[in-house]
Order: sequence, then structure tokens, then C-alpha cells
Amino acid sequence: MTSMQELSRMMKALEDQLVVCMKCGMCQAVCPLFAETGREADVARGKLALLDGLMQQMFEDPEGVSQRLNKCLLCGSCAANCPSGVNVLEIFIKARAILTGYQGLPPAKKAIFKGLLAHPGLFDKLGEWGAKFQKIFTKTANEVIGTSCARFMSPLIGDRHFRPLAETPFHKMMPSLDTQAGASGRKVAFYVGCLADKIFPHLAQATVDVLTHHGVGIFMPENQACCGIPAVSAGDTETFQRLVRHNIRQFRAGEYDCLVTACATCTSTIKEIWPMMTATDDRLHAEARQLADKTFDIHQFLVSELSITGGEAGEADTPVTYHDPCHLKKSLKVWTEPRTLINASRGYRLKEMAESDWCCGMGGSFNLQYYPISGRIGERKREHIRSTGCRIVATGCPACMLQLSDSLSKAGDAIQVKHPVELYAESLKPT
Amino acid sequence: MQAKTIVKAFEAAAGADNVFSEPADLATYAYDAAVLDKVMPAIVVRPTSSEALGQVVRLCNENRLPLTVRGAGTNLSGGTIPLPGGVVVVTNGLARILEINTEDLYARVQPGVVTAKLAAAVEAQGLFYPPDPGSQAVSTLGGNVAENAGGLRGLKYGVTRDYVMGLDFFDVDGGLVKTGGRTVKCVSGYNLTGLMVASEGTLGVFNEITLKLIPPPAYRKAMMAVFSEMGQASEAVAAIIANRVVPATLEFMDNFTIRAVESYSQAGLPLDAGALMLVECDGYPGQVEEDAAKVESICKEMGATSIRVARDDAERDKVWEARRAALSALAKVKPTTVLEDATVPRSKIPAMIRALDAISKKYDLTIGTFGHAGDGNLHPTILTDRRNTQEWERVEAAIEEIFEEALALGGTLSGEHGIGTAKCRFMEKETSRATMVYSRRIKSAMDPHNILNPGKIIGGQS
Repeated sequence: MTSMQELSRMMKALEDQLVVCMKCGMCQAVCPLFAETGREADVARGKLALLDGLMQQMFEDPEGVSQRLNKCLLCGSCAANCPSGVNVLEIFIKARAILTGYQGLPPAKKAIFKGLLAHPGLFDKLGEWGAKFQKIFTKTANEVIGTSCARFMSPLIGDRHFRPLAETPFHKMMPSLDTQAGASGRKVAFYVGCLADKIFPHLAQATVDVLTHHGVGIFMPENQACCGIPAVSAGDTETFQRLVRHNIRQFRAGEYDCLVTACATCTSTIKEIWPMMTATDDRLHAEARQLADKTFDIHQFLVSELSITGGEAGEADTPVTYHDPCHLKKSLKVWTEPRTLINASRGYRLKEMAESDWCCGMGGSFNLQYYPISGRIGERKREHIRSTGCRIVATGCPACMLQLSDSLSKAGDAIQVKHPVELYAESLKPT
Repeated sequence: MQAKTIVKAFEAAAGADNVFSEPADLATYAYDAAVLDKVMPAIVVRPTSSEALGQVVRLCNENRLPLTVRGAGTNLSGGTIPLPGGVVVVTNGLARILEINTEDLYARVQPGVVTAKLAAAVEAQGLFYPPDPGSQAVSTLGGNVAENAGGLRGLKYGVTRDYVMGLDFFDVDGGLVKTGGRTVKCVSGYNLTGLMVASEGTLGVFNEITLKLIPPPAYRKAMMAVFSEMGQASEAVAAIIANRVVPATLEFMDNFTIRAVESYSQAGLPLDAGALMLVECDGYPGQVEEDAAKVESICKEMGATSIRVARDDAERDKVWEARRAALSALAKVKPTTVLEDATVPRSKIPAMIRALDAISKKYDLTIGTFGHAGDGNLHPTILTDRRNTQEWERVEAAIEEIFEEALALGGTLSGEHGIGTAKCRFMEKETSRATMVYSRRIKSAMDPHNILNPGKIIGGQS
């Protein structure tokens, strides 16, 4: 068997899902990447055709297909809008795993995933060192947003305006937690997530504060690892499963009704990708499934489970506009709850922006690999945010928060980027 | 010229970033929405200026490269599938609305403008562009004109053809031809506009399109009627028109489609209904109320078991949600969805429905039918799995028989999807030998080397 025949055989695992695409092209209407480039290889229909091509042995080598498949935000806008219900994200993630298994990981990714991400202790240490040394290389870019940029030309940073690593990550502020259920009678496990831990510890703290305020007991084990999304997006199933296994082990120790996170991406990864990509290990799969079924986005938990309702907003309240993270609205169908939470925050009222559910352009490693396009998608979002006249934009995902900060900061806007839970936590404090 | 030299020439004309020749890019322009085999082009060009577009056409002719223009690639008859080794010219880099004239009621657009974007821009100016093909969220106006696209509003407002006032297009030598204009009346020269509409890229390449705009209706009213048999619903359609009511939209769906929609969206549709009819009247409030009352009483007379009139926008949206969900719901039933659009005179709808029923039984196929009852444009949708070769043969035979039935009833092969390569074999049957000869003479006079989308409509190339 030639190697392309072998790859074709592996791709056949996706055939039943691939044939669902009727090539209607409706994904062109909603793909944030296609809107910038107009290239068919950038939109779902084109990528699905390429995977079909691999299956049909249309190509002499897989590199061209692989490159185009990886040029995707994995935002799921196409799947949410697909008339025939193609499971685009599942197909793409599985295809990336097949292609990476076949071609191997690029050396840089291999070093990062296998050498660093897979070792949570080391990853945490490196983050702590980075926080100490980053000021040597960077300077403040926008004080309202809290972004930094490179002090001098840096190939790594480029012209990015980024939120720096927090001086003290959350796991140093609060290594672990195990409190009893209070007035609510509920107890949750809290999965912090890398960005909330290392860049937005204030958000993690706010989450703990809000849960505690509502009498919710919290189990937060120490030594939590990354949810695995960067690894699985790059097709590195081995590192991904290792991280899932590690996290499940850490969370096995506690007793709780459900698990919450304040990160849209972590939630959707745990709920959807953990069960999807662990099928090769029965025990792991069963545990992942179990945990996924009781995982909630924090807004969803607060509004649906604790029945927090939006108050009467007055004209005097500060308007806040809200950006829908793709992983919340399109993957998990959570979009009313964050809005309710904003309106429930005393002193704030929601003001909608146009296209609030258009992707911000972050897409995790997409931003690293395709920064100019990511930036253009971000500019579109920035225009809509600015048009509302709001001084605060809220969004339910730390990854989106990074991208919004970059887009607004580079444009020189004095608009703060917050998580709805931060606004709500603030409103609970006695005035 | 050598392949590399040709690529260089296209790059010089359109810019290096806008010319694709890697296999993994070419493979994404080898298909459209029709259920047909892929064909790999040799080069894909995405011009971003009129000059580049004209030069690309000329280069194709000079180098004898077959050229296929592509907008969003939503074609349902294979019109945008290229020829082996041919050139695909993508128009979505030419997507500017050049002018919306609110005094003279027209819009000028580049061919790559998305239909729904123009409709929204026009609406923002207080005007109305009625053609609304099902793919309007992505389809391009160039493609709409080249296919003479229809939509849900055909009965009252007509189709794309009725809105094309003028065109600039490149002939195969790259010369810019102008036809029609910005005036309501214009009789200068041959009606080349008429010739170009529905020409599917075989006679020229659009550069600029002038479209008629109209004032929007002041008021709308939608309703949904349930019938126990499809026959009753089609008689109701005929009676509505006979009573001098012309609704803006008059749609129906059969029992299979109703059940598919219901299982997909739980909209509360009656599962035992033989047919569901959806009607919307628009115009001045007084007239709309009067028309709606007439429609309601006609439906009752014809045996409607229930009628639901939308009282507000939310209810109106609910009525149309069911119709909009039809194709999605059917598409989810099986992997391959073959969407046909054989069209018959309105009065022959009951006969066509009976024929479709017989065909589905004869070939043991799942066919859901919905469509534009008001204009006789049905969408029998065959649900299958193309990988099942034995069933696929029956599908092909059934499609052929659907065409034959439609023609026997005085209808046409295609109401709005075009002929492309999928239906060109049947063209002579609908028209005549002389028609085909006449059409081929026009084609060879305009395009002596057969460069412009060869093989489409009139055949002659596989």
C-alpha cells in the first residue's frame, strides 16, 4: 500500500460525516475567515472537499490539504449555520489528528505541547518566571485596557498589544479550595483554566467570590492542567489525552454536583471534545463523558441553576456591550445567560452591538499563525464595539478578552474589557 | 504558452495573490452545489478590478483555455463546474455596490455583490429589490443574472430577469460591450440584456449590472392553511389566482416534507396533513386585508382543515420558519439531496404532484416535494445516498422521468436552477432541433473558439 493509500484509508473513518455536506455553500455567509479572504479553501465547504479529496486520493502529498485545514478559527460558525447539519468541528479536529498522526507534529509544536503543556507543574513555573521577566521586554501600551507591547522589535510579539502575565497567578493566590455547600445547598468543582490562572487571576477570584456569595461550596483541586484545546487543535491526541487524564485524576478527589468554568473555550472543550477525542480509552472516555455531562458555563450555572435574574436597568446605569464567544453561543447555545448576568449587575445595563456573535478572530493558535488576518477580523469587531459608545465591553471567554484587548488597544480606544462575572462580582461588594 | 508562463501572465493581469494553481486550491473550485462529479481546473483567478477581469478573459481566449465564471458556487445544475484544465474566474473580489439611485430607482453593482447584501443596502434606503433565491445569503448578483434566478416572490414580483435594466460585459476578446441603461425605456440596439440573462456564462463575462428597484410594500400579512390532500391545496392555489388575488408568495409542502420539518424543528405542524399552504399578501393595508380575507374564504371552501393567520411579525416569522426549514429538514434525512425544479403551468400542479407520487413509488425512492405553488415551480427533492450505486441508477432514471412528465404537461426542465450540464441533454426535447441549431450558431459567432463555459446549456462538450 502506498502512503497516500494508507492516508486515504485512515480518512475513510470520516466518510459518513463528510458525505453529509451537500455543497450548498451557505457556510460562506458566516465564516469570519472567508469574509476576509474570499477563498474557497478558507471556508468549510472547501476544506470538506479537500478531506474528501484525500479520501479519493486526489493528491500526491497531504501537505497542501494539511496547511489549509489548519487555517481555521474552529469557531463553529459554519456548523451552527449548516442546513444539512454537518459536524464540521468534529470532522476538522479528527482530520487534524489523522493528519498529524500521519505527518508528525512540527518541531516547535512538539516542544511546546509535549515538553511543556503536558507537564502542568513546569508550565506553571515557566509562567511565573515569565511574569517576573516580561517587563524587561515589554512596556505599557494602553492603561485603560491594561495591555503591553514590545519594547523593541521582537519576532515573537510583533506589533501585538497583549495582556501581560499576572504578577501572581491564581494558583499562587489560592492553591486549592474545598468549602462546604452554603445557603444554596450546592457544591461545584471549579476548573480555573490557563488564561484565568495566568493572565486574568482577578476573574478566577471573582468567580470564587460570586459562588461563595451565593452559598455555593467549591472544590478546587491544586495542580490543574490545561484543558488540552491547543494540543487537540494541532492534532496531538497523545498530549491531549494525557491532559484529560491528569485533570480527571485531580477532580476525582472531590464531591460536587457539577463542574463550572469561567472560560467558554475550556467549557466547550470539556463538554464536547473530551468525550469526542478519548474514545480509544474506554475508562477515560467513560469518565470524560460523566464529567462533561455535569459541566456548566459559569453564566449558565448562575442564571439557570441559581436563578439569578436581571434587575431593572435604569438610564443612569453604565452601558456595557457584550460579545458572544463562539464557544459559548455556537457550541453550547449559551447566549441569554451572560446578558442576564450583566443586567443583574447593579449599576450596569446591557447595550447590544451589531453582529455580537461574529467571531472576534482569536481562534487560539490561529492568532499566532495568522496574526494579520486575525487582526483584520478583530478590527471588524472593534468597529462594532466602538459604535455602541460603551466604555466597557464584556465577554464570557478569556481568549476573546485577549483578542478584544489587542484590537481596542492598537486602535487607541479607552474601552475596558471585562468578563460578566467580574462586573457581577463588583456589584456584590458593599458600596 | 507553457503552463508556468500562462500562470505568470495571469499573475501580471490580476496580481500574484489572486492566482491559484496549487492542487489543494484548485480542488476547492472543482464543484458547485449540483450533485455531479468534480472537475479540476488548471488555474483559478480572482480579479479585483474591471481591467484585470477583461485581461483575464482575453488571456483565456488567446491561450484557448476554457473559462468558467464562478460567484458563490451555489449553482444547482453544474454551471460553475469548470472544464478539465480550464480556468475558473472567481468574482467575489469584484463585490462593490457602485450606486443606489433613489431618484431614478436603480442600483449599479459589480457581479460579485452578494444578493442579500444588496437587498439590505437597498432596504436601508427605503427601496426594495425583490428577487430572493434560496441561496441569497451567499449567492452573487452576477450568478443570479447568469442563471435568471427566481425565489419565493416570483408570482407577484417576477424573477431576476425582470429587474435587469442594463449590463456591461466582456466579450471573449476582452472588449467591453454595453447594453441597456439607467432609463425605464431604452430601445437602442439589440436587446443583448435579454440574451445575456440566463446565458450561464457562455456568451460573455459580466462586469457591471444595473438593476431596477421598486418601492417596498407598506403592509404584509401571512397565513398558513392545512389541507388533508395535496390535490385540494393545488386547487386552492388555482382558485386564489382565478379570484384575481396575486399574493407575494404562495408556497406549499407535501406530507413527507411536513413530517421532516416537524421532526427537525418541532414547530407544531400537523403530521397527518396532506399539504401545508403558506401565503403572504402585501401592498396597501386595505387591499391586503381584503385579499387576505378572500384567500382565507377560498381555502375554507376548498376544504382547508385549519387556517392560521399571523397577527404580528413574530407570528409571521413562525409561518415562514417552517418553509425556510424545508430544505434543511429534508437534507438531514439522507446524505445526498437532489433538488430538482421542474416547473409546470399552475393549472397542472395537481397532475404533476400525482406524477411525482407515481415516480417515487415506481423507483422506490424517497421524494419530498415543496415549492413555489403560485408559479408552478415545484422542488421535488430526492433523498438518497450517492454511494449506493444501485439506488443512484434509479435516481437518475427518476430524474429523467420527472423531466419528461413536466414537459408532457407543457412545463419546463428548470424554473430557476438553470440547465448547466445536468439538463442540456433534454434541451432539444423541450424546444426543437432548430432551436438548438440557432442557439449554437449564436454561441459560435460570439465565441468562435468555444472558450466561454463550453458545454453548458447547449451541450456539445462533455
